[in-house]
Amino acid sequence: MNIIVLGLNHRTAPVELRELLAIPDSRMGEALTRLRAYPGVKEAMFLGTCNRVEVYAVVEKGEWGFRKLEDFLVAIHFSLSSEDLLPHLYRYSDEEAIAHLFRVSASLDSMVVGEPQILGQVKEAYDSALTHRSSGVILNKVVKKAISVGKSVRTNTRIGEYAVSVSYAAVELAKKVFSNLKQQVVLLVGAGEMGKLAAQHLVNHGVKDVLLTTRNQHRALTLAERFQGQAIPYEQLRNTLPKADIVICATGAPHFVISKEDIEGAVYQRRNRPIFLIDITVPRNIDPAVKDVDNAFVFDIDDLKAHVGHNQDERLKEAATAEKLVKEEVQSMVLWVRGLEATPTIVALRKKAEDIKNAELEKAYHRLGELSEKDRVAIEGLASSIVNKLLHGPLVTLKAEAQSQNGFAFIEAARRFFELREREFHSLESQSEDPEVGDGTSEESLSQKDRQ
Amino acid sequence: MAETLSFLTMGLYFGGTLLFLAFLLHRSDVLAKGAIFVAGAGFIAHTVALGMPIIATGQVPIMTFRDAMSFFAWGLVLVFLVVGLKRGLQVLGAFILPLAFLSLVSATLAPVEAGTIAPVFQAVWIHVTLSILGTIGFAVAFVAGLMYLMQERLLKSKQFNVLNFKLPPLDFLDTLNQRSILFGFPLLTLGILTGAVSAQLTIGSYLSWNPEQVWALITWVFYFVVLMGRVTVGWRAKRAAYLTIVGFAGVILTFIGILMKSPQAIAHL
Repeated sequence: MNIIVLGLNHRTAPVELRELLAIPDSRMGEALTRLRAYPGVKEAMFLGTCNRVEVYAVVEKGEWGFRKLEDFLVAIHFSLSSEDLLPHLYRYSDEEAIAHLFRVSASLDSMVVGEPQILGQVKEAYDSALTHRSSGVILNKVVKKAISVGKSVRTNTRIGEYAVSVSYAAVELAKKVFSNLKQQVVLLVGAGEMGKLAAQHLVNHGVKDVLLTTRNQHRALTLAERFQGQAIPYEQLRNTLPKADIVICATGAPHFVISKEDIEGAVYQRRNRPIFLIDITVPRNIDPAVKDVDNAFVFDIDDLKAHVGHNQDERLKEAATAEKLVKEEVQSMVLWVRGLEATPTIVALRKKAEDIKNAELEKAYHRLGELSEKDRVAIEGLASSIVNKLLHGPLVTLKAEAQSQNGFAFIEAARRFFELREREFHSLESQSEDPEVGDGTSEESLSQKDRQ
Repeated sequence: MAETLSFLTMGLYFGGTLLFLAFLLHRSDVLAKGAIFVAGAGFIAHTVALGMPIIATGQVPIMTFRDAMSFFAWGLVLVFLVVGLKRGLQVLGAFILPLAFLSLVSATLAPVEAGTIAPVFQAVWIHVTLSILGTIGFAVAFVAGLMYLMQERLLKSKQFNVLNFKLPPLDFLDTLNQRSILFGFPLLTLGILTGAVSAQLTIGSYLSWNPEQVWALITWVFYFVVLMGRVTVGWRAKRAAYLTIVGFAGVILTFIGILMKSPQAIAHL
């Protein structure tokens, strides 16, 4: 049994290819059913985002499973051939596959490390696997854990704390000048895309008022509607400046729209209350000399990019902490998965029974005092016989069912019934070199005692 | 015992200062917690050190330069612990704690008798207490001004580093500056008035033009102008920050004036 992942992401494949592999929600059920129909694929989950396409599966044999998943991916889009796809695919199995899923879910594998969407996307992928019954005991446990690891990384590190988009950086910088954006007035000059985005971020932070002005009065009115703001005639720009605490400039004009003198006048009229200006276009619309005006703070697109760059560095530092967290969780998950093999479960169960029997015998001997050899043999025989008869049924069923479709569920159930923990499997691993021999002899002794 | 406590206090404030400065340059919550813990321990030691003579003699020990500086430092740390922690502004500690530590050090360096006030007029403690409280206000305004100028420079030069991340927004610092002066100014005014009254009662003259009085008056006039400037012509933000820093120099010069009043001079009175 192997957990495997086959996929491609923003680093290994161009967007044109990733687009082809998108599966719409309406066809997800059909796709997952097709995946599960491959013989030997026991569980499956499909994770598709704009930056990655990955198939997670629990298969009987790793190599063979990878080939089936390749077939599946190629079949998603008619125009694809395996020659197109193969060079872009990565393959991980078992511990590496678990680690990969955990890193993805913790946003450590994202294009923008720390971005929050991926966690929700993993949840969605898991939900549709649940809905279409393509996941089972193993994926359920592993994916749920991946989601909780993702959450814990978000809460325990600052990976998501720093703005990493240019338009959002504007908000973060504004907060260094104004402690409460709810009291500030924003003036948006021009209708450039980035400017609108920055204004939207500010509106989301609840600014008091939005003023808008563009050369095209009609467009200003449309914008005013969108931001629930007030359109100002373009000729009034200079007179409006003193009212604005935050000015976002995004016109397409090839010259300066706001001059140093404009800002000097505005700051004077504002009685030195600071004014914060964002020039989001190239070529610039605000005279860079504005930076020499006291209490005026102007940032152009390069400054915002520098701010984002700094934040990305910080995120990468946090990512190192997150990696450690993920690594620990992967280790305990791997132990759990190994415990799902039939052999170690049987060995652990036998050992547990044997330990209980011996402990109880010790107690009984202690209470009974001096006993003849014959009595001792009889008591020990009785105890062994009870233990073995009780275990016989579960062990036989476990061995038989381990090979079936629901094998893992049986093993998991057995482990819970008998309270066998992951750690116990781990310590047993080295001892269970040849468990079949052990099983055989004990079953023999069981039948011998039956005859007696 | 008193000696040990005051050294312990100084040691803890120094340790807190180092931790706060480290916190200023690294993104670590552990450092902030450690710094606050050390500063808090220092504050407790300080409180005990100040409280012991009150229990013993029933008087607040503020009648020598040393005692007054110690009370000043205690008040500063109290302001930090209350304002800083309530608003989640650990960063304030990186500025206030060094100031408290330096005040204690300067107090220790001054001669024991320096600035001793002749106990001719018992109510003179009112003058001292009011003046110290006023000074605490100006010290916080000074710290706010300093932080304002640092943050302003970082934003202007577009340096997005840890310091920029940790320092509060400009308008907050400007408001803190204004409120601290509004707190300190009336207290200093009353402090000067009660000082003049006590001078009249001890040496028979309201104003003897000694350095302490001269600098105190200059300081008062200066802060008066700063306050008026803000209200009338908008001396806020960067200008206010600069002015409060300059004004605090006047406060320090007044202190030096107090030190220059030698014990002999007082004995002659």
